[in-house]
This record gives sequence, C-alpha cells and structure tokens, in this order.
Amino acid sequence: MSFFGIKGVHVPHRKHTADCHPERMPIPKTVVIPMAQHIGAPAKPVVNVGDTVGVGQIIGEAAGFISAPVHASVSGTVKKIDTMANSNGGTMTAITIESDGEMRPHESVVPPTVTSYEEFVAAVRASGIVGLGGAGFPTFVKLSVKDLSQVQEVVLNGAECEPYITADTLTMTDRADDIFEGIQLLEKYLGVKKVIIGIEDNKPQAIKAMQELSKKDSAIVVKPMPAAYPQGGEKVLIYNTTGKTVPEGKLPLDVGCIVMNVTTLACIAEYVRTGMPLVEKCLTVDGSAVATPKNVIAPIGASMKDVFDFCGGFKEEPRKVMYGGPMMGIAVPDLDQPILKNTNAILAFNDKDATLPDETPCIHCGNCINHCPLNLNPPAIAKALNSGDGAEIAKTKVNICMECGACVFVCPAHRMIVHRNKLAKAELRAYQTKLAEQKKKEEENK
Amino acid sequence: MDNNLIVSVSPHVHGKRTTSNVMLDVVIALLPAAIAGTVIFGMRAAVLCAVCVASCVVFEFLFTKLCKRPTTVGDFSAVVTGLLLAMNVPATLPIWQAVVGSFIAIVIVKCLFGGLGCNFANPAITARVVMLIAFTGTMAAAVPPQAIAETVDLATYATPLSVLPNGVLPEATLMDMFLGVRGGALGETSAAALLVGFVYLLVRKVITWHTPVVFIGAVFALAFAITGDVTTALYYTLSGGTFIGAIFMATDYVTSPSTAKGKIIFALGCAVITTLIRFYGSYPEGVSFSILFMNVLNPYIDKWTMKKPFGGVKA
Repeated sequence: MSFFGIKGVHVPHRKHTADCHPERMPIPKTVVIPMAQHIGAPAKPVVNVGDTVGVGQIIGEAAGFISAPVHASVSGTVKKIDTMANSNGGTMTAITIESDGEMRPHESVVPPTVTSYEEFVAAVRASGIVGLGGAGFPTFVKLSVKDLSQVQEVVLNGAECEPYITADTLTMTDRADDIFEGIQLLEKYLGVKKVIIGIEDNKPQAIKAMQELSKKDSAIVVKPMPAAYPQGGEKVLIYNTTGKTVPEGKLPLDVGCIVMNVTTLACIAEYVRTGMPLVEKCLTVDGSAVATPKNVIAPIGASMKDVFDFCGGFKEEPRKVMYGGPMMGIAVPDLDQPILKNTNAILAFNDKDATLPDETPCIHCGNCINHCPLNLNPPAIAKALNSGDGAEIAKTKVNICMECGACVFVCPAHRMIVHRNKLAKAELRAYQTKLAEQKKKEEENK
Repeated sequence: MDNNLIVSVSPHVHGKRTTSNVMLDVVIALLPAAIAGTVIFGMRAAVLCAVCVASCVVFEFLFTKLCKRPTTVGDFSAVVTGLLLAMNVPATLPIWQAVVGSFIAIVIVKCLFGGLGCNFANPAITARVVMLIAFTGTMAAAVPPQAIAETVDLATYATPLSVLPNGVLPEATLMDMFLGVRGGALGETSAAALLVGFVYLLVRKVITWHTPVVFIGAVFALAFAITGDVTTALYYTLSGGTFIGAIFMATDYVTSPSTAKGKIIFALGCAVITTLIRFYGSYPEGVSFSILFMNVLNPYIDKWTMKKPFGGVKA
C-alpha cells in the first residue's frame, strides 16, 4: 500500500450546486413511500388504506434487528398499499399517501428522552435514520456496540467524492451546529474521545466550517484529503484518515472505528432535539438535462418527476436518470421512482452524456489494476468468471469489490468491469452456498 | 414504458481515453524517430514505413472480412504494428520482404491468436525475429547513414554492435550514436528522437517510466560490469535496438506485465538476455530475442506480481 494512502482516480468534479443553499420544494400531491429503504428486512406496514396520517407518524415498523421504521412524510390519507418495481429490478411494498397540503405533524412527534447510552440508541432506532451517504445501513445497528471501550474513534464521512453531489457539503456549511450537537451526543453517550472528519480538499468552504467546530472541541480533527475518487469509500476513508486496514469480512468496529456520514449525524442531532423522524431529505438535482440544477429538500416518497419539475423541468430530453452520483448511481427506468432516505442526488443526463462508448477488447494496459483502491485484479476476475470455477473466483477476492467504478473510468477499452464483478459476486455466493450445503450433507452422513 | 431512458450498470461517466487514442499517441510518439530515420537513411525509410503501415492495415482488414468479424482497423493498433515493424528493418529492405513481415506480424502473430489483446507475443518483434532468420542477408545488412554513404567502403562497413565485441570502438562518435548517425535499422538508431517519443508517452500517461528506465539502465550497467569501461558501455547502450525496444516494444500493453513490480522484472529480464546474446551469442544483437522471450514469460510474471487485495484474507 502506498505511503501516501490509497490513491484514487481523478473523476470530473462537476460540483455546480456547491453554492446552492437547499430550497424546500412544494408539498407534492402524493408520495409513495417504500418499506425497503435500508439494508436489511423491509419494514412492515402498520397503517391501512383510508387511514389519516400525520407527518412523522410510523407507517411501517422495523421487522427484525437489521431494519428501520418508516414514517409518513406528509399529512393526509393512505390511498394504496401495494407492490411496485424497485430500481434493482425487484419488487417492494410501498405506501401511497395523498397529501392534504397541511403538513400537520403527528402527535407522536415529541423530543425523545435521552439520558443514557441505551436511550440514545433507541432514539436513533426510532428516528428511522439509515446511512445517508448512500448505503442505507440502519444507523442504530452501527451504534449498538457491546463494549464501548472498543470504539477508538468516529470517522465522519464528508468526502463526497462522487461528481455533482453537494448535499453533504451543504450539510457541513449550513448545518454545522447540528453536526456539532451530534458529535456532543456521541461523546456523551458513546464516550467517543476522537472524531475525525474526512473531507476532500475541493470543498474548502466545508473544511473551514468544520475547522470552526474543532476550535470549540479539541476531540474534533478535520482531515482534508486529496480530491481523488473514491475517498468516501468506507475502507478507503478509514485507511486514509486513521491508517487502519479493515480486513475482509470484518466491520470498521473491529478496528475500533465507527464511520458515519456527516448528514446522518446532523439528522440524529435534529431528531434528538425535535423528535421529528427522517421524513425529508436534502438532495442535489443536477445533470446536463436539468433546467436549473439545485439542492432540494424533498419529502421522502416524492416522485423524481415532482422534484425535477421543481427544478424547472428538463431543458433537453433526459436519456438517463439515476439515483446518486454517476460513479455508483442506479439508473432508473421511469420518473415515478420515489425519493428515498438514502437518496443524496438525482441526476438526469442528456443524450450526449447518456451515451457511453462501446466495449472493445481488453488490451491489458493495467489501468484497472493500478487504480483499484482495493488492489483487485479485474482481468483475473473476468478470467475466473469465464471459467465458471467458483474456487477460482474466490481466489480473486471479488467479494471485497465495492463497485466504485474507478476501474471502468480509467479503462481505455471501456470494459464493463463493474458489471462482470457483480456477476462474479453472484457466482461466488452460489458457489459458497453449494459448498456449505455439501459440507452439511457430509456431516449428516457421518 | 413510454420514455427513452437508458438503464445500464454504473458507472455512468467514463474517462476520455479510448484504445484508438492510446494507439494514436503511440503513433505520434514514433513519428520523431520515423522522421529521424528518413533524414538519416533517406526517402527509402519513409517508403518502407508507408508500405508496412499500409500492408498491416490491409491484412487486418482482409482477415476480419474473411472471418466475418467486425473490422478492427479503426483502433489504429495495426498502424502501430506497421510503423514499429518498419522501424525495425534496414532502409534497404526489399519491399516484398516488408510486406511478408507485415503478414507475419498481423495475420500470424496477432489475428490468428484472436486479434488485439489476445496475442502472446509482440507482433512487430516476432516478425522482426522471423525476418532476421528468413531474410538474414537483407535484414542484417549494415546500412550506413546517407551522410557518410559516399565516403565509406560499403563492403567493409559494419554496425557498431558487430565491431564492439572485438574490443574496437566504432568510428561513430558518442554524439553520432546518440543522434542516430550510425548503421542499423531505420528507426532504431536515433536515441534522441526515441527519447522525445518517450517523454511524450510519459506526459500522456500512456506508459510509465519503469520498463524503459530499468531496461536501458540495466543494459548499461551490465555492459559496464563486463567491459569495465564507461565509454564502451555507453556504446553498447546506444547501439542496436536498445532504445526502441525499451521504450516502444517492451512496453507493449498486451505482452508486458501490468504492475510496476512486474514491469521492473520484465525489463531486467530483457536487459540480461540482451546482454548475454550481445556478448556471448552468435547474433550481434539480442534486443528482439530478449523481448520475445520475456513475452512468453509475461503471464507468469503477471501472476507472480499480482497485488494483494486490500485487507484480503487467504481463501
């Protein structure tokens, strides 16, 4: 590993909206709120069609440990509870609420009592907050630590290394007080002694705002990092801020770290102060097809179409629309897709940006190998995938691939490496399941 | 769905590099040496360059047509092969031999193995080696630079590498050697022009410094270790195809290692074999043989030098 930390790829920044303070969009007529907006078990609907709901009311309760509750983002009437296609090609349950336009808070929305570690974690669970950087992992699970002395430092992710997205930057500049409150909560209830805020150096305004915080609290360390994608990848961020390597199959906590997105922490502080759960989200709306790129505060469940309309609609026909940034974002088939808790951007590309070069044969230039932040070897993975041999795929360690797309970005042949890695991961899982079953059978036969 | 939205896997933004613009960069980087060759050896050099490039492109086009495969000449890799091949032949080579060489490079070494990216050996190098054996007389001909062609006795004129092993320093000065005013293949003699191309490739980030610097450095070091004389070692380094081999042939993506560590091993191997052939072999020059030999070892070097996945545990 390089002495200077994990190097990255110089993707274009395109942070056009860095100075656009978030604007709240008008209340949409209807919102569609999926029960699965997080990693883990989907929430279970607890309202019925025809029910009147208030803002912040629980409409889906957490089902299982790794899960999160879902709340109504507008006041109004439940119109539908049905399944809809999600952006991964599967289906999900979603609750459609017709807004009454009043945004009347539900009576359950009162600041939680937080006096101990247990109450703090319970509050985070009740807030419905999940990893807002994009992963959507329920945040309270991360904070559920058996032995608090294990936690050496909290790393706050303010890297925001994806092109276009500025939502976290604006959290840092406009909501620095919330972040500070959040840090104090972590210090008080988790006994955190050190908080490192990692920010790419192309956001001097955010670095400055966070440095102001470190003046107030010596536990806070601001760590500017070179603007090289993917600085915000969890393992990359931990390595570049603390020098620690998270081993394969382990969690950041195993090396004493809790990693949290800056916006996630700000939302936790807001919940503890107001009791209003995560019902709206600040997101960047940008891309070559969007008339007026902005940062928008949208209720969760608002359709992409409503949000784009608020940004003046399209100046060109959109040919590709996605959740998140262009490096890891998920392209969607239509504009009815709802804003989710972990949506930090929606982008719409015109024809020119949406059309990518065709794949040509691999010329073994080694760019992918030399730019993979995790030292993987894409040609070897492709070869193993072609062989169909699970054991060979396992050797390539494709399982640690975070699908950041740096390899594809630097590939002169424009190979679909992320695509193949996804396939290889699926093959590997099938192989491991088969292996486990075989082992079980053998043991039964003994 | 009533819309025109494209749904595809991430990332949705790609870099600007393409195979064809990488290949074009290599062509541009070779131009100074091609021009130097023409200045040193006359218009015949330019004619050979044109013949090799044209026949490489035509052979690739015909092969893909014949096999009903999509034509790939647009990626300019055949242009690179043709130009490299021309640089590796003496300016007096008969045209038909250049065409045969192009056929060997493109059809036999590249296309029959599956085309771009699938060949195990560098097409131009392999063709040069085949031609050296098949057309020894014309390929190994000592062609003097135009400037001195009138004054030298063609019957006894020798390339630096054929006199060096006898402990005789060539008539060309070190400056002549550096500029390329000496006998040799038409594109290999001017170290100065080749270095210009090297700098261009570095600036454009087409190649890294590892292979050329280690290859050339090790050739010098080994020659110095054997002869004990800096001047002689410099002559050895500037002779034959060291520079063109190290900068343009040993750095061929397809047939050389991908990692820095691999490139260094590859370059050291090339330098050692080159030196062994020059000092102890029956051929005066060993650069092409050394690169061809290391091409064969390349898959193993790539395997040995694979990086350790970040935080990976043994499977």
